[in-house]
Amino acid sequence: MPKVILKLEHDISTDDIYPGRYMATVLPSETPQFAFADRTDFNASLRAKAFPPGSIIVGGENFGCGSSREQACSTLKGHDLAVVAKSISRIFLQNSINLGLKVVLCPDLEAVEGDELEFTTDQVLNRSTGRAFPQVRLPAARQGIMDAGGLIPYTRRRLQARPR
Amino acid sequence: MGQTLTEKLLAAHCGRDFVVPGEIINATLDLVICHEVTTPPAVEMLKKLGITKVFDPSKILVTPDHFVPNKDIRSAELASALRRWREEQGIARYYEVGNHGICHALAPEQGHVLPGQTIVCGDSHTTTMGALGTFATGIGSTDLAAALATGELWFKVPETMRIDLEGPLPFGVYSKDIILALIARIGVDGARYMAMEYGGSALQSLSMEARFTITNMAIEAGGKNGVMPADAVAEAYVKARTDEPYTVFHADADAAYASRFSLDVGALEPMVALPSLPSNGRFVGEVPPDRMDQVYIGSCTNGRLEDLRIAASILKGNKVARGTRAIVVPATTEVWKQAMREGLLEIFADAGCVVSTATCGACLGGHMGVLGPGERCLSTTNRNFMGRMGSTKSLVYLASPATAAATAIAGVIADPRDYLPRPLLPEPCPADGKPVLVAAGADEYLWGV
Repeated sequence: MPKVILKLEHDISTDDIYPGRYMATVLPSETPQFAFADRTDFNASLRAKAFPPGSIIVGGENFGCGSSREQACSTLKGHDLAVVAKSISRIFLQNSINLGLKVVLCPDLEAVEGDELEFTTDQVLNRSTGRAFPQVRLPAARQGIMDAGGLIPYTRRRLQARPR
Repeated sequence: MGQTLTEKLLAAHCGRDFVVPGEIINATLDLVICHEVTTPPAVEMLKKLGITKVFDPSKILVTPDHFVPNKDIRSAELASALRRWREEQGIARYYEVGNHGICHALAPEQGHVLPGQTIVCGDSHTTTMGALGTFATGIGSTDLAAALATGELWFKVPETMRIDLEGPLPFGVYSKDIILALIARIGVDGARYMAMEYGGSALQSLSMEARFTITNMAIEAGGKNGVMPADAVAEAYVKARTDEPYTVFHADADAAYASRFSLDVGALEPMVALPSLPSNGRFVGEVPPDRMDQVYIGSCTNGRLEDLRIAASILKGNKVARGTRAIVVPATTEVWKQAMREGLLEIFADAGCVVSTATCGACLGGHMGVLGPGERCLSTTNRNFMGRMGSTKSLVYLASPATAAATAIAGVIADPRDYLPRPLLPEPCPADGKPVLVAAGADEYLWGV
């Protein structure tokens, strides 16, 4: 079961997630090396692949505030991470849907690093504390794009499914 | 039921008489602005989908701005990808290095922004252009790809927060102080996913340049867009730049606002937002006089001509303090040239400032003034997040160009009212966007910008 590998405060900005000095690096294949680059220990663990796929970052309110840079999403997706936060900034949420980064809105979540979380369709279950917290679901159409891995794979799949 | 300005703008772009907050609409786009950092990834996505043509080259504006001139090989690759793409697509509205500018300042300055438009750009400070009565918002590269391919984009209609700016702006207080005070009041997510619509008596007294500073920072309160009605000042600004026709929209008197409040700007003093959130605003008198290693005057927030004039009026005949570096970055090439003609560049150089070409540069920790560990910078930019301008061990303080200039001279955070030249005679108020002096009492003058 996926674990919380990083517990963060409110208002985590895209400058923290993906520092501006790396903005000239844009390819999703290259951005993961700079995830939380200035949190050097955490970045080193990510690059060393110390965490299994699906590992979770827990944020507070307004996660991903600031710049519109999509690298802030592709850098986390590249490590197969998921984000659970009390609230998420508008552009970061939209970019997450478009790139297929798994994000979950959970306003009341209580979890600490090391806790095991499970996602049901409408709840986040903290298996370490035995408590359940309601999820705010995305609209089904938006969730469909995220689950397809992003807008490009989603669009491609829809185009292929179209009768010729 | 009446509609807010943002609802009117969105309804007009989806063929509807009205829209309601929360609904999803597909809106046509009048202007898509492209810079070198977020556009090349969008272009790559289009190539992968086999889409070879943009929807309408005449509705696209292109300029490099983040790392001008190229800061390294990576940024050179992005800039040349942008250049090749705009050539292939036949996009005429292209501003090459030497003619370039920070896109949010360049687009309105060059007459491409018209009241009533919908505008998107792969950049969060696109909200700036809402000051001309447009719906303007920032998007990521994937949405930019969709916008470039189709000329349309889906939007959730935001709720609107209405802010009425009332009262006369006191001496030494500027539009930057207004927006810092507002964000201090509502917080960095106080307007999350909302439209921030402005009105009130103080708004009418602000020049266009001053207004852009306020809408620029909508995103710093989490807003989707910032918007102001296009009044006589806005129309004069637009008409001085283009003959293109446009439509002016107004909020209805009975519009439904999610929240509405007034901000008494007459009670404000110069503001400083302490590290490391834009919402940490305090009156300058309440801020300890910390030593500053660097002062930065520029960016899409405060790099326009009026900003440089105010800074120069303080720096003229003075010297930047020992131990402090002052960096001036005009927002566009045109601002740079006009500052040269007016002698402002000479004032900055004589004071010991470095003047750079237009670039987003150090605002986002890119180049031309990046901070090292332990350094402090007072900046006229829009964000002071941890690590924003360089090292995560550096600290950024946000303030107006006047406060920045005063701080450059003092070497510590300083009150611009102690340095601003006191005008001898009030002047009548022109509508041309220049700083004007307004008589306020027997011995008191207001510098209304």
